[in-house]
Amino acid sequence: MTALANFVDGLPILSLVTFLPLVGAAIILSVRGEEETVARQARYIALWTTLLTFVLSVFIWVGFDSSTAAFQFEERLEWLPQYKITYRMGVDGISMLFVILSTFLMPLCILASWEAVHKMVREYMIAFLVLETMMVGMFCAMDMVLFYVFFEGVLIPMFIIIGVWGGGRRVYSAFKFFLYTLTGSVLLLIAMLAMYFYAGTTDIPTLTATHFPVQMQYWLWFGLFASFAVKVPMWPVHTWLPDAHVDAPTAGSVILAGVLLKMGGYGFLRFSLPMLPEASVAFTPFIYTLSVIAIIYTSLVALVQQDMKKLIAYSSVAHMGFVTIGVFAGTQQAVQGAIFQMLSHGVVSGALFLAVGVVYDRLHTREIDRYGGLVNNMPMYAVVVMIFTLAAVGLPGTAGFVGEFLVLTGSFQANSWVALLAATGVILGAAYMLYLYRRVIFGELTKADVKAMLDLDRREIIIFAPVVAVVLWMGIYPTPFLDVTNVAVTNIVSKYQAVVGATASAPSAAQTMLALLR
Amino acid sequence: MAALPNLEPAFPEILLILAGMAFLLIGVFRGRESTTFTTWASIGAMAVAAWLIHAAHGVPVVTFGGLFAVNAFTAFAKVLTLLGASLALIMINSWSQQSGVARFEIPLLVLFATVGMMLMISANDLIALYVGLELQSLPLYVLAAVNRDNLRSTEAGVKYFVLGALASGLLLYGASMVYGFSGTTTFAGIASATQSGGGHVGVLIGIVFVIAGLSFKVSAVPFHMWTPDVYEGSSTPITAFFSVAPKIAGLALFLRVLVGPFGGMLAEWQQVVIAISLLSMMWGAFAAIVQKNIKRLMAYSSIGHVGYALIGLAVGTVEGARGMLFYMLIYIVMSIGAFACILAMRVDGKAVEDVTDLSGLAKTRPGMAAAMAALMFSMAGIPPLAGIWGKFYIFVAAVNAGLVWLAVVGVLASAVAAYYYLRIVKIMYFDEPGKALDQPAISTAILYGLCSLAMLGLFLVPAPFVNGASIAAKSLFPG
Repeated sequence: MTALANFVDGLPILSLVTFLPLVGAAIILSVRGEEETVARQARYIALWTTLLTFVLSVFIWVGFDSSTAAFQFEERLEWLPQYKITYRMGVDGISMLFVILSTFLMPLCILASWEAVHKMVREYMIAFLVLETMMVGMFCAMDMVLFYVFFEGVLIPMFIIIGVWGGGRRVYSAFKFFLYTLTGSVLLLIAMLAMYFYAGTTDIPTLTATHFPVQMQYWLWFGLFASFAVKVPMWPVHTWLPDAHVDAPTAGSVILAGVLLKMGGYGFLRFSLPMLPEASVAFTPFIYTLSVIAIIYTSLVALVQQDMKKLIAYSSVAHMGFVTIGVFAGTQQAVQGAIFQMLSHGVVSGALFLAVGVVYDRLHTREIDRYGGLVNNMPMYAVVVMIFTLAAVGLPGTAGFVGEFLVLTGSFQANSWVALLAATGVILGAAYMLYLYRRVIFGELTKADVKAMLDLDRREIIIFAPVVAVVLWMGIYPTPFLDVTNVAVTNIVSKYQAVVGATASAPSAAQTMLALLR
Repeated sequence: MAALPNLEPAFPEILLILAGMAFLLIGVFRGRESTTFTTWASIGAMAVAAWLIHAAHGVPVVTFGGLFAVNAFTAFAKVLTLLGASLALIMINSWSQQSGVARFEIPLLVLFATVGMMLMISANDLIALYVGLELQSLPLYVLAAVNRDNLRSTEAGVKYFVLGALASGLLLYGASMVYGFSGTTTFAGIASATQSGGGHVGVLIGIVFVIAGLSFKVSAVPFHMWTPDVYEGSSTPITAFFSVAPKIAGLALFLRVLVGPFGGMLAEWQQVVIAISLLSMMWGAFAAIVQKNIKRLMAYSSIGHVGYALIGLAVGTVEGARGMLFYMLIYIVMSIGAFACILAMRVDGKAVEDVTDLSGLAKTRPGMAAAMAALMFSMAGIPPLAGIWGKFYIFVAAVNAGLVWLAVVGVLASAVAAYYYLRIVKIMYFDEPGKALDQPAISTAILYGLCSLAMLGLFLVPAPFVNGASIAAKSLFPG
């Protein structure tokens, strides 16, 4: 093992994982021939590239030292030397698993698009590979400018994916997605410039160690909040998400729910909390309020949805509400839980979208009423969806339980009312998910076209098997995941709690707002 | 007999003037066939001039009795102008062959206008400034109307001329006010007369008029009204030329005049420039949304870009000047690339200009669509393309100078502007193909290909260019 670790240490492995997909995209671009052969080759090249990327990223996990909160596998290259902006990559306990999550979902997305995508297959695969580069790069970036570049760079491929291969009001949704996120992100840019101006660097570890003046923190915090809240998405800026999900192709939804939403939570955890602790303390009630509204309101909205994807999209907003509560509760369990919830939601909601994709490919509708009684002719599918539904509900033994439980425990210490209100979301979650399950899977099998639907084929089994395994693994034995995040979280939490203690007698959020306006 | 002034700093301009006259003679004797020759010879002359400028290493010299100054800043701005002009000339060449408006005068007018711009950039005196400005403007009026059998082109020419003359008048009036109240026309003299806010209120009125005149030349709101009409009416490569070279020269002059002679009155003119910059960014973003003609759209887009560049001026620091120069560098490449794509918009041998003519381009001409998309994303300032760096340096300067709110408005305007850039991408990628465009000329295809690749290249390696802009900006500020 040490020999392997040494070998891994010698490679710029993060850059390899980040840019390998681009190499794949370049290879796809060079394929020549008939449209049909190009499409076939593009699919295979994309699949192999993403698989190889995943294998490489597993090496990061293998070589990862979870006993330290420091960044590991660091790489550094001068980019703009005179402005101290560097190409600096590294992972710590917080970002490492997100890299794995991204690389894990990617091959599944390629497989899920195998037969569903027919037009412009080459471009489709290139868009996904570019997207992977941006996502992985974002989680590995140790320089804020670099982070911003990847964070924004995600928009271009996703815009094209929704707009070209989407359905329904794809153009509207693509624009809504792009403009919402962009408007938030440009304020992040300004906040970043102000931080750069103050600290003289955009290096993330240095910025974390810098103490910004409290008054400045409030403004910076809002700049970051504008960007991350849209990405999470938090109520009331979540409205782009249902549209984007409904109209995106299956694989696009998977990535959107699985990884892109995590960028917001990750941003809060990486920037807002450690860099702007006083402001974070001051605005925690604000975050709590929005999150609790998100959990209850969007759960109720999810209850009445007729479209499967829309229902899952709203459930995502509710689940991400737990994440924001967890992050800002700022206790060890809560933050650990928030990270775990992000990972499990990434896998579970991604899997649910894949499951919707399966029936959509057969019947070309996502309307819940058009289905019913699938358990009779698609037993295997029924079992798979059952596992994911229960995971989304948060049943013990599945991935969803650990995250929600930790967040609720952790936030109960910080604010018992918030925990209580958030817990109603768990009940509502069970309601809408099981209601969905009953309407689609159980009931009489009456409709002729539904009767004709076939159970999972080999390709689909290959897609779902690893996801089911991971969902159960995360639920039954979550220790490997929690171990990775443990020390890094302790590091953040201990610093944050010191500030919480110091500001216990400080002005309330309302007073702070008044101070700001003055 | 008085001794000759030191001609060496003006060698590039002198070379271009002599070359222009020589090509004019050749053109007169050989007629229309010489168009290609005069075009490429002009490009060659510009390249030599750029090399001469580069060889001078930006050593600051003032000559012609204080009328003409060169330094690192003028060198940078002149090279940018020459780059823009010669890239536009390449487009003019392929266009004049396709459309049969081949005239040897066109490249020569471009050449003379370019000399005018270079004189403007180097002007060290209000009189020299005006002479350079007119030498620039007159050929531009003719160029706008060069397609003389076309009603819109003639209209563009007349409109440009009338409004341009008005702006020149404003500028001249302002210059006379400044002269009247400070007693001198040299930049150095004005600078010492207005030092540390000691200028008379008359000087201030003069400055406002000068700013108005210059705003017209760079088409900043509220002096932008001519821009969409002239852009739409002129032939595409001429529009490309309008959108780059005069803008750089105008903005460079703007910088030199305001931070040079009027540097002491920063507090007074700063608010005016902020207002102009703000209006340009907003109007450029909002008005472009409803445009159907792609050249009008590009006109509003250029108004918006000038607004961003003017933030650099409004800041009034070395950082601001650097940001502005770097922004202009990126802007030239983006604009030339975008106009090369527009030039390639021909159906059955006829130029089309509607945005919807690009429908489904991703299926019919994937290469061109990818290039155009890259340029549009770059204009919108989305990484990983160079446009973001342009905005980055501008906003860094603004935030450092405490103009955070201006930067915030700027980024919000850029989010609005992103909508119409995205709309073009949407039309190319999401819509069903309409009539396929003709095969573009090789030179045009190379041009947009290179420009879009340059966006990626400038994104990855901006450092050397920012360094250049930095040195140039430093030479502008004394001490």
